[in-house]
Amino acid sequence: MLAAAAATAVLVSACSNDDDVTDRSLRVFAAASLTDAFTELGEAFEAVNRDADVEFNFGASSELVVQIQEGAPADAFASADEANMQKVVDAGLNASDPVVFARNRLAIAVEPGNPKGITGLADLADPDVTVVLCAEQVPCGTYADEALATAGVTLTPVSRGESVKATLSVVELGEADAAIVYVTDARASERVDGIDIPDEENVIATLPIAGLLDTGAPDVADAWVEFVTSAEGLAILEEYGFLAP
Amino acid sequence: MFGLLVFFALPLVALVVRVPWSDITDDLSDPAIRPALRLSLVCSVAATGLSVVIGVPIAWLLARVEFPGKAVARALALLPLVLPPVVGGVALLVAFGRRGVVGQYLDDWFGIRLPFTTWAAIIAETFVAMPFMIITVEGALRGVDTRYEEAAATLGAGRWTVMRRVTLPAIGPSLLAGITLTWARALGEFGATITFAGNFRGETQTMPLAVYLALQTDTGAALTLSLVLLVISIVVLALVGRRVWGR
Repeated sequence: MLAAAAATAVLVSACSNDDDVTDRSLRVFAAASLTDAFTELGEAFEAVNRDADVEFNFGASSELVVQIQEGAPADAFASADEANMQKVVDAGLNASDPVVFARNRLAIAVEPGNPKGITGLADLADPDVTVVLCAEQVPCGTYADEALATAGVTLTPVSRGESVKATLSVVELGEADAAIVYVTDARASERVDGIDIPDEENVIATLPIAGLLDTGAPDVADAWVEFVTSAEGLAILEEYGFLAP
Repeated sequence: MFGLLVFFALPLVALVVRVPWSDITDDLSDPAIRPALRLSLVCSVAATGLSVVIGVPIAWLLARVEFPGKAVARALALLPLVLPPVVGGVALLVAFGRRGVVGQYLDDWFGIRLPFTTWAAIIAETFVAMPFMIITVEGALRGVDTRYEEAAATLGAGRWTVMRRVTLPAIGPSLLAGITLTWARALGEFGATITFAGNFRGETQTMPLAVYLALQTDTGAALTLSLVLLVISIVVLALVGRRVWGR
């Protein structure tokens, strides 16, 4: 029993050995929709700040908020909507005021070549079209419901994904005909085509970022927020289809 | 021993402590809870039934019949135990999805689409939980002295009678243990279910999925839902456990 515990301790310390040298490592919690853009931003940031090491935790913003509230080690948080950032602010966990660094829009992701000939939200109500939406609890789900309500479309999705990436993957696997995701996700994926949703039916998502209070590296966290909101950061975000704030 | 008890009990005690008792009537009347609870019970019982029907014959084959490739067959039967459930879910999707290896023919020939249906949730739970049935029953069958069965046969009992009157009573407690473990695993299934069956209220959103999603917006509701699942599990395990493992 003791031996087993000791062996476990050795194994665990071996796994986390590099923690000592990366005490300037920065843990960024970011919305799933930022996966591709932030990964590149992280590399660009590391190229400038040579001793910094950025690590990401991507997930549904709502899930990340829970993790932050429960004391997960996070230095900065980038949310897919303002509601979830507000929860962090209300809990008094932000070190700096949230800054909107980008905006995003919704699009319909369909299978390559658009075999079902989907042209807009109204087509998704067709019972022959299987649709997945994000869960009501995550930002892309509330945005999608909002857009459908604006367009006056009611539909029954076959499933509601736990994050935008999970929702998109159902169409990527060919298990659904369409999903409402962000423009940026439809664009990032090679296995779906994006169908535009006109402005009058679309929703503009605003993405705020803030440094967090309980950080081991406040200066690096500030530098990261500054970088994301800089012209250079915006240029990278725009490459992935995000809009200027 | 005491340390072990603390290790297992502490997280559960913490759960009970953190449940927002003042909101509990509100949380318990959450519209998500009733369909999720119903689905969890339906799917876990159905998965257990399927595991008896499919798993017990497999266990019997593994325990009693010599055939080439048996080691591989046993490894396959136990694979879901080591496989991360999400991987199991992806495997089921690429097998039985509408673009899946088998699923495309199910769709073309019979118009059957499994993913995102309650059946998919049952299949996902069966996939993950059945090894518990196989492992328990196989062990029990190996422990049965085959001379009793042979004696019954020489006394004129047919195969079915031997099975019903000798073998089954001998492995009865283990079978019940297998059923309990399988049901418990199926009830808690999350990864394979959300991957293969998706998440839709009333169709595939079982309690673990409802807890996970509630956690994103309302931690209190998630804790209450967890408590419901915890209470049901403990009651069932305590009731059955007395019969299986004595008191």
